[in-house]
Amino acid sequence: MLKPEVLRELTAIVGANWCLNSPADLMAYSFDATPLYQHLPDAVVVPGSAEEVAAIMKVAYQHRIPIVPRGQGSNLSAGTVPTQGGIVLGLNRINALKEIDQENMTCTFEPGLVTAKLHQAVEALGLFYPPDPGSMTVSTLGGNIAECAGGLRGLKYGVTKDYIIGLEAVLADGRMLKVGGKNAKDVAGYDLVKLFVGSEGTLGIVTEATAKLIPLPETKRTMLALFQDLTGAARSVSRIIASRIIPATLEFLDNATIRVVEDFAKIGLPVEAGALLLIQQDGPESICERDSARIASICKEEGAFETRLAQDAAEEAALMTARRAALSALARKKPTTVLEDATVPRKHLAEMVEQINRIAQKYSVDICTFGHAGDGNLHPTCMCDERDREEIHRVELAFEEIFEAALKLGGTITGEHGVGESKAGYLEWRIGPTGIEIMKGIKASFDPHHLLNPGKIFARETRRRVVVRA
Amino acid sequence: MSITDQFSEDALLNCMRCGFCLSACPTYRLSEVESASPRGRIALMRAVHEGKLELLDIAPKLDACLGCRACEVVCPAGVTYGQLLEEGRAAIAEVRPNPWPVRFAYRWILGTPGGIKLAGWGLWLYQRLGLQAVARRLGLIAKIGGPGLAAMEQALPAAASPVARASRRRVTRAKSEKKARVAFFTGCVSDIVFYETNQNSIAVLAAAGCDVEIPAGQGCCGAVHAHAGEHELALAQAKRNIAAFEQGGYDYVVNSAGGCGGALKEYGKLLAGDPGWAERAAKFSQACRDFSEILATLGAPALGELSGTFTYQDSCHLRNVQRITAQPRALLKAIPGARYVELPEADQCCGAAGTYAVTQADGSDRILTRKMKHVVNTGADTVVVVNPPCHLEMIEGVQRAGLASKIRVRHLADVLADSLRSKEG
Repeated sequence: MLKPEVLRELTAIVGANWCLNSPADLMAYSFDATPLYQHLPDAVVVPGSAEEVAAIMKVAYQHRIPIVPRGQGSNLSAGTVPTQGGIVLGLNRINALKEIDQENMTCTFEPGLVTAKLHQAVEALGLFYPPDPGSMTVSTLGGNIAECAGGLRGLKYGVTKDYIIGLEAVLADGRMLKVGGKNAKDVAGYDLVKLFVGSEGTLGIVTEATAKLIPLPETKRTMLALFQDLTGAARSVSRIIASRIIPATLEFLDNATIRVVEDFAKIGLPVEAGALLLIQQDGPESICERDSARIASICKEEGAFETRLAQDAAEEAALMTARRAALSALARKKPTTVLEDATVPRKHLAEMVEQINRIAQKYSVDICTFGHAGDGNLHPTCMCDERDREEIHRVELAFEEIFEAALKLGGTITGEHGVGESKAGYLEWRIGPTGIEIMKGIKASFDPHHLLNPGKIFARETRRRVVVRA
Repeated sequence: MSITDQFSEDALLNCMRCGFCLSACPTYRLSEVESASPRGRIALMRAVHEGKLELLDIAPKLDACLGCRACEVVCPAGVTYGQLLEEGRAAIAEVRPNPWPVRFAYRWILGTPGGIKLAGWGLWLYQRLGLQAVARRLGLIAKIGGPGLAAMEQALPAAASPVARASRRRVTRAKSEKKARVAFFTGCVSDIVFYETNQNSIAVLAAAGCDVEIPAGQGCCGAVHAHAGEHELALAQAKRNIAAFEQGGYDYVVNSAGGCGGALKEYGKLLAGDPGWAERAAKFSQACRDFSEILATLGAPALGELSGTFTYQDSCHLRNVQRITAQPRALLKAIPGARYVELPEADQCCGAAGTYAVTQADGSDRILTRKMKHVVNTGADTVVVVNPPCHLEMIEGVQRAGLASKIRVRHLADVLADSLRSKEG
């Protein structure tokens, strides 16, 4: 509970409409898109400007109140759940697209801007901001920056950190920090811009960002390759890349995922296929043509029983939209969908898929897998029921073993969803005790009182490592 | 049984909180806070179900929902939000009953065929005896029902006379080669306020080759009751209508009110748990068709020329529940001589939302203001609607914007009837 005088101070900053503490409002901000995590905040404050953010931070700093920044709560690692109470800082109202600078090919925006809206605005001018997380119609760019969001185009175009070149942030004590800008080159000191991207709201509150843009590709070509089984699809992925073709998108869906996605989208996906690859190439017409022909023949050689080319832009868009709905569509099957984000070097994709299947059997849990195959970034998703504690325990064990298997293949515990709270216990597995120590040092230099998104990234204790069969 | 048992736990848990619904929700777009979003409201209902919140804590948040169900269309998980909302409202109505005049009106006026007939006469008398002028001068309606009801009263068109109603034909024969025998569902507000639209619907259906009958004993669809949490009354309406229509052996049950049609098509779900009614309800729902849907199936009659520019506002429940979007637009585009312009955000609620315009006048006004800006930008001289509350709301919007002399609000059936007359004339 916040003291009445603190609430008065906060209300004075943002106005009564935007400082919420009714039981219903607190409940509405007690979760994000991560299952099994929920905790009430003490207040929800939704500022309308960077100045208001700075004023709120000063109040919180003075009274030592935790701050949990939040865009629209589509986080998948419990990163925006106020697990230690405090103030949920809603940034969705600070959402202006401030500038599209066509000469410098940059854009400058506020954190609450929805990702898809930026896409529309820049693409209307023939420009391109590639990061496109599955949640792009709801996710905010502030959230994308905090998590270093990836998406379906990561293979060819990289992720959020490859585009953000300037930031303005409010620090824990309310000071403003401005780093980077519109320069294509800038090595003035440590690269704090990149440090902020992926910092999960633990270093400061981003209030403005500048991203570089690239020219919008002339055209694109989208195709589906259908397989009887997972491994043929996974082998095709490795071979496409080994053939020096980098598609814009190279996505993978297993049979269960195909079925639920078709159930929702009704676009004629082949529900009989064991696995499918959704492949998009973009660029000049001749390149698209050449690459899609080569990709089709590779897939056929690896056992694809059919390849289909999307006939028009509408069909292309429908396919991509359907893929983006995959995670949510899986929720049709069971009450609880626990999603992970293990990533391996792409050469090991087929092996990782097999490991996931083995582990699912071992713990008798129901795992569907889809994801950004070209990036080695898989999203094994466990369909379960949170009311069954014993089942949830098996799910946890299965995911622990999946992390371990990914690490063994030179992979990582999270490719694009962030550590948040749900994977904090595994971070040390990935970066070691020295890594933890250095990261904690960085955190302390920004936020000595641990007020910014406490409990995220760093765990109280590291999970005991499981032993994986070789 | 505790009140919280009224929520379907599986439906609550089906929401995985991805937030895909946020951008589709008109109230979230306006208020920008989570408790005004579908995901937020489901979380609140779940909290009540789990005993973490009291029902009355969340009542204002559920009251503020339009019930437009745009969230259901974009929900990849297939959450049955409309069902949860109605469960929530029914639970709230038990601990915080609707005011007695409202309950009286739902039970005895909209809730019985005789009440609907009387209301039709009453509206005519109210307008003819000068009561309307007096009430308006004294601001009586606002005093009784608030500014929302007063604005709606201002938007009322002239009512059909009892003489006209008495001469209504029960059976209208197909005017061209007979393709189907249909039963027409007249509705409550539709028949009280928009009697002419119902008559025009029947005329167009007859021109398209339908024998159209109006089965006796039918009443209100029950949507208004369900939205207000009057669950038992909603069930009673459903059963009455099923009984009234199932005897005739009709090919289809047709209506031209998007909201009512949505309710009729969901009788199967509404009564799925009632062994005595489940099968009959499912059969009834399967036979239901929207006016534009049946014309698309059977083929529209040959249309005559109309001049002017038309735009179209979706009915939320025609779009989001019945999933009908293309057919009304195709009919408008088929009118010779008429220009069709798409209305930006036509898929978003106009703010009427059944009785929302009356109960939540402020929120409704903000939505309508945004809607009217889009309407003006289309340059259309006719806004076409397909549902009575939207019809009244758009008339109100046009009046408030001072555009009543420039922009007409017409039901699709009225426009098509005009088009037919222009051919005959």
